Amino acid sequence: MDALIDQLKGEIIEQLNLEDVKKEDIDNDAALFGEGLGLDSIDALELIVLLEKNYGIKIANPADGKKIFQSIRTMAEFIKANKK
Amino acid sequence: MAVNDAVSYTNIETEAVDFLKLAYKHYQLAYPKFFKMDSLCKLAFIASELLLKENKITDKYKSEDIAIIIANSASSLEVDTVHQSTISDKSNYFPSPAVFVYTLPNILIGEIAIKNSIKGENSFFIFDKFDADFMSSYINSLLDSKKAQCCITGWVDLYKNKYEAFLYTVEKQPAELNIEHTTEQLNKLYK
Amino acid sequence: MALLIFTIKQKGPKLNKFIILNLQHTTYITADNIISPLGFTSSENFEKLKKMQTGVQRFENSALSREPFSAAIIDSQKINSEFQKLNPKQEYTRLEKLVILSIQNALKQNSNIDIVSKKTLFILSTTKGNIDLLDATQASKFDKKRVYLWETASLIANYFSNPNKPLIVSNACISGVLAIILGKRLLENDQYDTIIVTGVDILTEFVVSGFQSFKAISTQICKPYDASRDGISLGEGCGTIVLTNNRQLATNIQQLIAVKGGASSNDANHISGPSRTGDGLLLAIEKTLKESNVKPSEVDYISGHGTATLFNDEMESLAITDANLASTPMNSLKSYFGHTLGAAGIIESIIGIHSMQENTLIGTYNFSELGVSKSINIIKETQQATIDTCLKTAAGFGGCNAAVLFQKESAE
Repeated sequence: MDALIDQLKGEIIEQLNLEDVKKEDIDNDAALFGEGLGLDSIDALELIVLLEKNYGIKIANPADGKKIFQSIRTMAEFIKANKK
Repeated sequence: MAVNDAVSYTNIETEAVDFLKLAYKHYQLAYPKFFKMDSLCKLAFIASELLLKENKITDKYKSEDIAIIIANSASSLEVDTVHQSTISDKSNYFPSPAVFVYTLPNILIGEIAIKNSIKGENSFFIFDKFDADFMSSYINSLLDSKKAQCCITGWVDLYKNKYEAFLYTVEKQPAELNIEHTTEQLNKLYK
Repeated sequence: MALLIFTIKQKGPKLNKFIILNLQHTTYITADNIISPLGFTSSENFEKLKKMQTGVQRFENSALSREPFSAAIIDSQKINSEFQKLNPKQEYTRLEKLVILSIQNALKQNSNIDIVSKKTLFILSTTKGNIDLLDATQASKFDKKRVYLWETASLIANYFSNPNKPLIVSNACISGVLAIILGKRLLENDQYDTIIVTGVDILTEFVVSGFQSFKAISTQICKPYDASRDGISLGEGCGTIVLTNNRQLATNIQQLIAVKGGASSNDANHISGPSRTGDGLLLAIEKTLKESNVKPSEVDYISGHGTATLFNDEMESLAITDANLASTPMNSLKSYFGHTLGAAGIIESIIGIHSMQENTLIGTYNFSELGVSKSINIIKETQQATIDTCLKTAAGFGGCNAAVLFQKESAE
């Protein structure tokens, strides 16, 4: 799980162009949207692309993203449960 | 050239991406959204930050009285090419919303508007080359008919590592500067 | 490799400018054309809308996308056969053919229009132009230079032997409305007496894939303002409006319509998401009504943007309500034409103009139950009503908004 979380942080920083953010800045349980990393609606859609591209997981309904993308940990758990 | 507060920055980096990043760092423009922008928006953003640092129009005018009217030649072709590359290979087909959103040239107007809370008239025009005649006469008529009090305008073009930003503000009564907004003056400055 | 930054003073207002302002001309619409899956003339399109027939359908296994999507697509064979009738001397792209056909049809309606005159200007409104030429996997007989919008516009101007350098507006989904406003503003000076405004965009894999990545396309015909709306239908089309400031040139029209005012604005909020308050669109509407000298209560009909995304339609309902227009009959034409991007503002304005001329409010196809937070007055069924004044609104990526107001000459 820790390895996945670490990998995911790197992928998110790269995919979302979070140039000034380092892996250690991202709290595993902090909110990705709103306060936390300050991600927006385009980032949410970009995370959907990331899941499909890197893990082969398709999310048809973007509304499902809300739950999955709560934090790095919820995202990693979702990947672990659904990875093909 | 009788221009007050002209700012120019050149750097040995010639790749657009590197040039823009270095310029951002050089001017200490702390704005994390910068890194999400495509190169065209980055170029426009840096130019607008430098311009509005020199001339604080947002202190002088109401947000709805400031227009942003910009033109270029290549539209958003630079990032269009990136988006096209994400869909050309059917076995590696991952169009990116963060790329696609920039495939419209007027997004750079949106970025400047968001950063500075500017809400006035918007227009993005395409010309084969900078058209001082049209830009000066159209913007003068906007100010004359009071559709705007001030206009951020100019030329922001970037494609295949050729890039230039020529940005200026036009006001009826600027505080201290005195270049007349005419076709001749613009052509002189643009050279 | 340099950034040049200046502040420039506007040339001091001279007396002759005041004279021009006092003599401000009225801008009239003297000819128009729509090309869509519903027909190749404005009247063909309007007749279909009166009967509430849509040009949008669901596509599966299309060359444009592996996923199902809804869109309004024009039959290529029909475009080619219509175009061959013009005996073209060189090859034109699909997009250029649409523009030439559209202008040609508009010109036929008024023999007073002098297309080769120095006083006639062509304005092109498009978001992506010949973007299909960017796809290197498709063999193409066309020079890559054709992806430059100015190259496309100049080919069109040359086709019609128009001597002026065309103007091009590329401002996302408000391009069409902006181009009409620009035409009106240019006609208020004396440089031109006729302006041909054409909006066009074609459906490409480029655009479909992009909107799909935004999860914005409905797999069914879109449902503007409806409680069960779930995204847009895309479309392709072309619309042409010929504007003139010389009433003598517009003798072909019985019921003249004037362009009274128009404005644009920016939300200054987000590059893709609509404003949560509608304040940007409200600003464009208020500026437009003020310039037109029209009170909200005098607006008889609003042609909305109505893309059928959750956030856009909600935003519009807020702006329309804050502008005191909530009770004014309003529709969206996106469920007939799809979202035709750079053509939308022009095609929808033309339908608005014909609605005024025929005193007919077009029902919003696929609308059954209001699904926005404010109770705006969405037209369900096509019906007769006196329409003297029509407001057309648009909003787009980049946070931009625009509005334009049309009025019958008799009601001025």
